[in-house]
Amino acid sequence: MNIIVCAKQVIDVSEMKVDPNTKKPILQGVPQKISDIDKNAMEEAIKIKEKHGGKITVVTVGPSDAKERIKELLAMGADEGILVSHPEKYDYHVISSLLAEAIKKIGEYDIVLCGEASIDMFSGQVGPRVAALLNIPQITYAQSVTAEKDKVTAERNMGDKAVTTESTYPVLITVTKESNEPRLPSLMQILGAANKPINDWTADSLTSGLNPMVDTVELKGISMERKNVIYQNDLDESVSKLVDSLTKEGVLR
Amino acid sequence: MVIVYSDDKKLTFELLSKGSELAKGLGKKLTAVIIGKADDNLAKEYISFGADNVFIAETSIDSFKAEEYTDILGNIVKETSAETILIGSNKNGKELASRLAGKINAGCVIDSTNVYLKDKKLTAERVVYSGNAIAVEQFNSKPCIVTVPSKVFDPLKKDGGRKGEIVKKKIEVEKSASKILKVQDMKTGDVNVEDAEIIVSCGRGFKNKDDIKLVDELAKVLKGKTVGCSRPIAADLKWLSEDHWIGLSGHKVKPKLYIAAGISGQIQHIAGMRDSGIIVAINKDSEALIFKSADYGIVGDLYEVLPKLTNAVKEKMG
Repeated sequence: MNIIVCAKQVIDVSEMKVDPNTKKPILQGVPQKISDIDKNAMEEAIKIKEKHGGKITVVTVGPSDAKERIKELLAMGADEGILVSHPEKYDYHVISSLLAEAIKKIGEYDIVLCGEASIDMFSGQVGPRVAALLNIPQITYAQSVTAEKDKVTAERNMGDKAVTTESTYPVLITVTKESNEPRLPSLMQILGAANKPINDWTADSLTSGLNPMVDTVELKGISMERKNVIYQNDLDESVSKLVDSLTKEGVLR
Repeated sequence: MVIVYSDDKKLTFELLSKGSELAKGLGKKLTAVIIGKADDNLAKEYISFGADNVFIAETSIDSFKAEEYTDILGNIVKETSAETILIGSNKNGKELASRLAGKINAGCVIDSTNVYLKDKKLTAERVVYSGNAIAVEQFNSKPCIVTVPSKVFDPLKKDGGRKGEIVKKKIEVEKSASKILKVQDMKTGDVNVEDAEIIVSCGRGFKNKDDIKLVDELAKVLKGKTVGCSRPIAADLKWLSEDHWIGLSGHKVKPKLYIAAGISGQIQHIAGMRDSGIIVAINKDSEALIFKSADYGIVGDLYEVLPKLTNAVKEKMG
């Protein structure tokens, strides 16, 4: 089974600070990591390989320091990494086109695995876009995946419904955060990852003339203006004051 | 042409409201799309809520598959020369919009919280970085695809006198290689947090599954009857089903009153409830983030506060 995992390097959102005056996020100096849900995709790939054998290739579109992140996935169990250089300006159209071209260049694949969305932007566009560009079926929001020799079955989390879908290969699957618990590599695996290949492919070598169709023109802060009336001494008094306030607000009736 | 599509009727009404504003600004017509059986009554309803035309794509396909719906919608986009495409941001809508964007080579913005024209360019805002910022995204090419979640825009007032054209066309597309084997209901009750006027929510501050009854009781006396929760309760502990989950990856709510008990106030949770009318927080940690997002708060042990509050509300409301 040839498996391709698409992974994105993101800033660690939980480490991000907000400027107290402008309320804008401070993006400089925030540690980078592989987007959490992409690690779930990686874990799913390893499980499939453990069952059926084969090869796992990780593809990332990103800056050169993303190589360090790809090593983490090699340590987890990927066989080979591909880093496609980051164009200066990009959007989902650009990134998805590069991923699809890279996958075509890899050539043989049965399953493409992605996280359902990245933790920084949480759009979830890349999986379905790449599936469209490769003209293969997509199984999104998978919370469990069962790969067999000639077909794959996945249970999709559709919020109020669980939909079980089956597809032949090749197929693109996006997984949810709840699909599995990504393994932590052992020290031996981390050391072993240093010997696994990471190839550099330039964006231009894959396709030319890609331009973003959407520009992010501004990043605005979010201000949350609330009354912040906090009661904290005697509990009975606090409760009665709260009920009075809620009555005055007209929400108790 | 501006077109709107969702498999959710209410959400389509909301999209029609924004769609008609954009259509006016662009000097174009607004078309609502129906995929499936020809439903004239639904088409007339869409016209009364702002559509200039309704395009019914008649198809024998009876269940949603992104591959097939993408091909159908792609055909309609071509047929109507649509340049602005608004799609309802439920799970089907998001994967449909994204696949369509890939197929027709279009820009796409998912989960927009505001859509407008700026310098004659379609502009959409969306929440990014776990609710810490809003990205302003501007399209520099056509067509433009934008998905909008429910409750972002208010529908127009229904006008039964509006006239519009209903176009029906049979569209058959290549069948997908995927197959739906089973559809199971994940709901355990009739919970609909998105429509609730009063929500009482629980979080990691609860020690046992049974203790959730404290929230239930308060919700009951408030006549809200709706219980929400933060991620750990639904996704990790599974003490409540996911239809209770409020947050960035759960449901987005805007009740008149939101009470958060034992919820620390992670930004992901705030992103799901920030538009609530009045927010009340109960937490034993006076430094808890949730107090920064609250109108009123009580610092105290929820195991003491909730029963007292339930009693006090009961007395007040008679």
